[in-house]
Amino acid sequence: MEAATTTAGTRAAPTLGAARRRWGESLIKALLILAALISVLTTTGIVIALLRETIDFFSEVGVWEFLSGGKWTPLFEPGSFGVRPLVVGTFLVTGIALLVAAPLGLGAAIYLSEYAKPRVRKTIKPILELLAGVPTIVFGYFALTFFTPNVLQDLLHLKVDLFNALAAGIIMGFMILPTIASVAEDAMSAVPQSLREGAYGLGASKLQVSVRVVFPAALSGIVAAVVLGVSRAVGETMIVLLAAGAVANNSLNPSEPHQSLAAFIGATAGGDTPTGSIEYKTIFAVGMLLFVITLIMNLISIRFVRKYRQVYE
Amino acid sequence: MNAQAQPIETAAPSRRAKDTAFRVALMACLGLSILLLGVLLYDVIKDGAGSLDWHFISSFTSISADKAGAQAAIWGTIWLMGICAVFIVPVGVATAIYLEEYADNDRWYNRLIEVNIQNLAAVPSVVYGILGLAFLVRGPLALGNTVLAGGLTLGLLVLPVVIISGREAIRAVPPSIREGSMALGATQWQTIWRQVLPASIPGIATGVILALSRAIGETAPLIVVGAATVIAFNPEGLDSQFTALPIQIFDWINRASNDVNNYKPLAAAAILLLMIMLMLMNSIAIWLRNRYEQKW
Amino acid sequence: MERVTEPQEIRTPREVVPPTPDVAAAPERKPREAIFGLEDVQVSYGPKPAVRGVSFDIGKNEITALIGPSGCGKSTLIRCLNRMNDLIPGARVEGKVRYHGQDLYGSEVDAVEVRKRIGMVFQKPNPFPKSIYDNIAFGPRVLGMKGSMDEIVERALKQGALWDEVKDRLKTNAFGMSGGQQQRLCIARCLAVNPDVILMDEPCSALDPISTGKIEDLMMELKQEYSIVIVTHNMQQAARVSNKTAFFTVELDDEEHRSGRVVEFDDTEKIFTNPGDPRTEAYVTGKVG
Repeated sequence: MEAATTTAGTRAAPTLGAARRRWGESLIKALLILAALISVLTTTGIVIALLRETIDFFSEVGVWEFLSGGKWTPLFEPGSFGVRPLVVGTFLVTGIALLVAAPLGLGAAIYLSEYAKPRVRKTIKPILELLAGVPTIVFGYFALTFFTPNVLQDLLHLKVDLFNALAAGIIMGFMILPTIASVAEDAMSAVPQSLREGAYGLGASKLQVSVRVVFPAALSGIVAAVVLGVSRAVGETMIVLLAAGAVANNSLNPSEPHQSLAAFIGATAGGDTPTGSIEYKTIFAVGMLLFVITLIMNLISIRFVRKYRQVYE
Repeated sequence: MNAQAQPIETAAPSRRAKDTAFRVALMACLGLSILLLGVLLYDVIKDGAGSLDWHFISSFTSISADKAGAQAAIWGTIWLMGICAVFIVPVGVATAIYLEEYADNDRWYNRLIEVNIQNLAAVPSVVYGILGLAFLVRGPLALGNTVLAGGLTLGLLVLPVVIISGREAIRAVPPSIREGSMALGATQWQTIWRQVLPASIPGIATGVILALSRAIGETAPLIVVGAATVIAFNPEGLDSQFTALPIQIFDWINRASNDVNNYKPLAAAAILLLMIMLMLMNSIAIWLRNRYEQKW
Repeated sequence: MERVTEPQEIRTPREVVPPTPDVAAAPERKPREAIFGLEDVQVSYGPKPAVRGVSFDIGKNEITALIGPSGCGKSTLIRCLNRMNDLIPGARVEGKVRYHGQDLYGSEVDAVEVRKRIGMVFQKPNPFPKSIYDNIAFGPRVLGMKGSMDEIVERALKQGALWDEVKDRLKTNAFGMSGGQQQRLCIARCLAVNPDVILMDEPCSALDPISTGKIEDLMMELKQEYSIVIVTHNMQQAARVSNKTAFFTVELDDEEHRSGRVVEFDDTEKIFTNPGDPRTEAYVTGKVG
């Protein structure tokens, strides 16, 4: 019953070598590798772009002056290039954000992981995702036009300037809250049920199980969540740019305007900064500092995530 | 004294109170978050709904606030999303295919690519703007402050999202499908192109929409890359100067500090528009996922 | 909704009638035409071998069964015959696997070409998430077979004893079929590319007895045109359908590493009624599992 219409897959056994050496497959593989290299090129590009101008920058401004100086007026003639106020501003806002996001985020995570019924989880998680999807400029708008005047000044009667770090920090906290909540919740859900059951079997209450069993067991994931949240807060531009003003400020008073590293870049780079000017170079130098800080935080966070994944998966 | 002989007592009232208080506190955490979201949405709608009309959508920005509209910003955003999509889909999907189907994980360079993508996902968006400024706007490519440079910068920013969700979608296709295909005499690429990819398209599409949802709201990179704030025309080509909704919002908020009554409603209306576009995109993503999800 | 065309039988091991009469009573009779010649084949996934010492021939238009306890390398070995082990990183094949006299692992051999001629059916039915028609047509399409696709599909489904059941719903999704039908679909899919050999890796272990029976009947029909190698942990199945049987066993070496080895290879009737090796006897009489 020979099939006269077929030519391939014949049942006799002629040579088993390929008709053509399958160069098409090799070509496709090469194209795919090229695409994958784009991501490598991106990182390389970021590093080169930042490094080049930063080195150039340090030929005009001393490294020590940059890192330790307390006055940041780079656009003045002559300028001061101490980056400390920007760092202070960044971490002041981040710190306030953490005060909001850590308890609320972890609380939400514990609730979702240990207390909420499946139906409640299904409704709440999309809402958190909604919060996570709000563009940061909308948060900035809200902080500046609603939160400062209506909540801080009118409702709470706090003496804050229109541009202040407190509003930026609090709203920033709500922005990073979903990140902390979802990573922490992942970590807590990964804790094996048998650990909980062991504790319940000994007569522990849900509160005790959550706080004394699950939380410590998920600790590395929780730390990862917080570090990730902090990293996002440090790198965030628009909320600070809109709500905290554009004044580099060394003080730790949250009711005053502050400027963060990222906000400085956003305020200064406007598309018409001349290449090679000192202005141009400060953008890159500050960008370099920002990049390094967030990179370190991110590597720490990945370490912690790996730790908790290893233990349970 | 035999513990079994004693009746089981209910928990001491102080412990019950503690448990309940804890539970309420946890719910309050969630409640506060939801409350803030609610107040934010309410505030934006209150400020902007009145100004969001046909005139707003069809007019260009102008010196006089009551004539100003967001047309250039809307079209700029659409152009940016288009360029972004054209970039991230082939590059992102190709990278995902390479990492899932071809790369041997024992090799150091493949692990490097993986770690690299993870790190890129966490780089601040403003740094991507700097990258765009140095290499796309100026530097080797010297595209200028064009919509092409803006779109590519956003593309690089959200590329990791496409890669990561693409990998998940591809990984979800069971190995037995690949085995069945290869056992028939199909080559690796034939198997990927005709079996694996078609089965992963819903997941990949969801990932692309997720990526675009992020890109559409990004302001900082566009500022650094030189999006214009006062522009009275829609993009006419890849080399056009451009603006975008987030940039327009930013500009109007800045003007509102001097002239609240005229500019705050404009900013709010543009925000509303942005959020509506976002909602639309997310609904499409959810619909796609529910309709086409493959259950193995 | 399978039509059962015969009353349910309880299948018991029946005496296997040797396919060709006039058997010379030599203990190991070489078949007249060998499709595969295996010489001291050994497969390793890491430093230690998974199966070794495999030397026998597989005959044309016969059903050869590989039996033995789990973990003895039967599946590993059968996957050598169509180079599916190539897909596992770190897999190594030593010894010689000859296919129609040609070294299957020779440097000029393309594994894709090998698989066009040597098809495989897997333990768990794995239809593609496509229509029945597209499942069958996939192979011919990627292989560039000429001719009317409708005819090719119909012929494959008829050969696979599935045509009557599905001819009215060719465009429906294959996942809607029962397990037994899906496996016959996989067999038909295999047949559509006109192979030389069909390898079956425990094809019925996930199926109910009725479907198993249908597939066994199908195998007996198919062997007139194709050569079949089947791995099965069901001894009675091997006794029912196969002409030749290879019995594998598991060995433990000094470092507690398990590897498989072929103990005996002979006509099926002899393996089951008068095995040469005590280990074979222990297995086929059920003394060990």
